[in-house]
Amino acid sequence: MKPSAFRYIRAQTLDQAVTALAQSAGDGKIIAGGQSLVPMMNFRLINPTVLIDINRIAGLDRVDEQPDGGLKIGALTRHHTLETSDVVKRLFPILHQAMQYVAHLAIRNRGTIGGSITHADPAAELPLMMRMLEAQITLVSVKGTRTLQAEEFFLGALTSAVEENEIVTEIYLPAMPTQAGWAFEEVARRAGDFAMAAVGVILCVTAGKITEARVGVMGVADTPLRIDDAETILFAQRCDATTLDAVVQAVLEAIEPSTDLHASADYRRHLIAMLTRRTLRQAWLRATGEHV
Amino acid sequence: MSEMIQICVTVNGCQHTHTIEPRLLLSDFLRHTLMLTGTHVGCEHGVCGACTIMLEGDSIRACLMFAVQADGCDIETVEGLGTIENMNPLQQAFQQCHALQCGFCTPGMLMTCTDMLQKYPLENDAQIREGLSGNLCRCTGYTNIVEAVRVVRDRTRESLP
Repeated sequence: MKPSAFRYIRAQTLDQAVTALAQSAGDGKIIAGGQSLVPMMNFRLINPTVLIDINRIAGLDRVDEQPDGGLKIGALTRHHTLETSDVVKRLFPILHQAMQYVAHLAIRNRGTIGGSITHADPAAELPLMMRMLEAQITLVSVKGTRTLQAEEFFLGALTSAVEENEIVTEIYLPAMPTQAGWAFEEVARRAGDFAMAAVGVILCVTAGKITEARVGVMGVADTPLRIDDAETILFAQRCDATTLDAVVQAVLEAIEPSTDLHASADYRRHLIAMLTRRTLRQAWLRATGEHV
Repeated sequence: MSEMIQICVTVNGCQHTHTIEPRLLLSDFLRHTLMLTGTHVGCEHGVCGACTIMLEGDSIRACLMFAVQADGCDIETVEGLGTIENMNPLQQAFQQCHALQCGFCTPGMLMTCTDMLQKYPLENDAQIREGLSGNLCRCTGYTNIVEAVRVVRDRTRESLP
């Protein structure tokens, strides 16, 4: 349970970090909060020969409200900052809600948004939130900067689109649609554990009809998923009992959860069905004031 | 062996300068280099909470940080809370409520409780239990730890103007 030896580089600037990463030729790792990386190093699941610490780079942990109603979040922003941020609560209440489920205080004090999405655990809340909020993720390397949409970012279990010479520097969340109702719920073995299943819903409602629907699930596939068929069913509809049944059916048809130590596939399907129903009702209530 | 690096940290108000390997975990630095064995080591992958300490006033897992990363930082461990003769209010509450049995989880519990008492209102037992959920205790069943936190929370509120 001790990591193997590595060379340690404390980067003071982003330039220093990407240069060191390029020079380590695929054998270097960035450490931000270290809450996923260090366990893997302790188990020797990964053995980087160079560890590049970005914790002292100034300005990477800003949370800035944008004039367009969106939010720019620096990659080094700690989970506890997002959990307690007033601007997050005001602009993206679904993210505020999801952050309440992220790990435990001592982990949230240290873990970062950039680290969580780069790590891309399929049962982690932030990757799903990136999909739900259609985040744009900025990556920097010595070769330059590129921006990816969240849907291009999560490739598989513990696999994101971050190349070995790249660092996530910033996450931009476009403004939430006005008049949007939202909900997020999760089931885990104990508070703060990785989710066995979770569902997020955002509904925009105009004149009693849904004009935009986002339905996301996690814990049941290699990446967080948006369920296109469910979103299509909801479009231009009211949220009534028939619609609810159809959406639950569409979600269940779109997922193929696996059985593992924590839950059977059947139990996960049961959870997803229940959570889908609950979050849809809650989002509709928030958008319209109506109970289904 | 990799390149050795000199670090200077303040632990419980005392400055320490040591030359260490970068791979040395902060938990091992505290226990083996500084001989501050109050910080316990359980799982070494961030699950059990036994190694929880305060770094710059925030609780963290000492097993999920390298000592080299703490260079220049202010650290508080369980040894900094109080002494056997002069326990702090949280330690006294743990004693009075019988919030420990074997004591293995206690240092981490105390540091976790210290941080949650300063960061959250802890209005009900559910919130206290959620705050404790990252620390494993196999003796107490947690009930007496919840009670100890409640006692400190209520005393703190009474003393407010």
